[in-house]
Amino acid sequence: MSILIYSIATLGTLGLIYGLGLAFASKKFHVEIDPKIETINEILPSVNCGACGYPGCAAYAEAVVEKGAEINLCAPGGDEVVKHIAEIMGMEATTADRKVAIIHCQSGGKDNTNFKYNYQGIETCKAAILISGGPNACNYGCVYQYDCVRACKFDAMHIDDNGMIIVNNENCTGCGACAIACPRDLIEMVSIKKRVHILCASHDKGAVSRKACGNNTACIACTLCVKKCPVDAITMDDNLAIIDYDKCIVCGLCADVCPTSAIFDPLKEVRAQKKAAAKVKADAMMKKIAEQKAEENKEEDNKS
Amino acid sequence: MEFVGKILFMAVMAIFVQNFVLMRFLGLCPYIGVSKKLDSALGMGMAVIFVMTMASTFTWLIHTYLLVPLHIEFLQTIAFILTIASLVQLVEMVIQKTAPALYKSLGVFLPLITTNCAVLGVAILNIQSEYNFIFAILNGLFAGIGFTLVLILMAGIRERLERAELPISMKGMPISMIVAGSMALAFLGFSGLKF
Repeated sequence: MSILIYSIATLGTLGLIYGLGLAFASKKFHVEIDPKIETINEILPSVNCGACGYPGCAAYAEAVVEKGAEINLCAPGGDEVVKHIAEIMGMEATTADRKVAIIHCQSGGKDNTNFKYNYQGIETCKAAILISGGPNACNYGCVYQYDCVRACKFDAMHIDDNGMIIVNNENCTGCGACAIACPRDLIEMVSIKKRVHILCASHDKGAVSRKACGNNTACIACTLCVKKCPVDAITMDDNLAIIDYDKCIVCGLCADVCPTSAIFDPLKEVRAQKKAAAKVKADAMMKKIAEQKAEENKEEDNKS
Repeated sequence: MEFVGKILFMAVMAIFVQNFVLMRFLGLCPYIGVSKKLDSALGMGMAVIFVMTMASTFTWLIHTYLLVPLHIEFLQTIAFILTIASLVQLVEMVIQKTAPALYKSLGVFLPLITTNCAVLGVAILNIQSEYNFIFAILNGLFAGIGFTLVLILMAGIRERLERAELPISMKGMPISMIVAGSMALAFLGFSGLKF
């Protein structure tokens, strides 16, 4: 019996002493943490996507308060979060240029892509590309196992009827998780303002890539776009045209000259309509001027 | 002179011959986990030295003056764990206050010293070997130094391995395991030391 009492008393006393000691120590060695960090951390979406360049939301909150990091780096949070952080920090809200995912391969889904064999293994791109360079004829293209779609936390990537991956720009936060997931590095985060993209990542020679691509979107390295670009934004890198998005002015001239559909310009129709409208207007003007001139000539003839 | 000789013998025994990590296989978690960078390995080593020495001191006192007189030695494990956990908590608070950078680089491994079996191991070995108070403290200190030594050696090797060209499948953990095994083999050589 006495052993029982001794045990309880000993452990109880030890625990009490240690507890009191720790309580005292925690008071004495208390570390002041800026309350701003806590509030900013609460506002941040806490998806820890890493799009800001810091390891997680807490680290970014700390960087904003202590190291003066830019307040507009949180891509998933959007304008709302920037506004709140600006309020807390007493700064003016500036929105960052929003980035969205661009897939540099549009070989046209399962129906249009040329396949070497029918891949029926584990459903992940990383496994699919290991077997003799992937199931599709093009050694650079999308293998349609959808690692990127699974990586997306924001429901911004969808698979259409034909198996093509469609990026929903409204949901895309530009976190870059899909770009990391893609084993072929087909996905790039590009400013939403840049609308013209090269939808091919093949470094094969023109003839090879044209043959391999089922959707006529291969870059065949003809260099027409490089010559046409008014701002020298396009360069050829090992049989592949690459747009320098910093220089690109989204004029769409490269898309016009591209002999395949490798360069995608969503504004092509809009531009064509505008061009047609401008032509009609210009024709009308020319007609008017011609008529005026004719009239003037007539008057001069009459005078003389 | 005999006393100094005894201490030296103990130091060599605890640091090399009976090294806690490589010969007794205690505290392997931080050995692999915190040995990526030399800085944090050094910090972790220092924390472990401190905790081991303090733990040896307090556990010896508790055992000799509390558990033995009351004949409740069977509470050894839980009483020791309680002491070590509180000590680690204390060390954590002190480090967070005095060296925030070290606190961050140690991360989760600082609280993990609590469950580091090397610390409990040294406390229990002190009792089993029937060391007196001074020797118990010194044994804790030397065991900590031995732990720090292999941790730093490992970190140095792994820092160099970062730059080495390795097959992808060997990079990171696999090669670390092989290095750990080779180090254990190398330390086996010390077991032939005789005085």
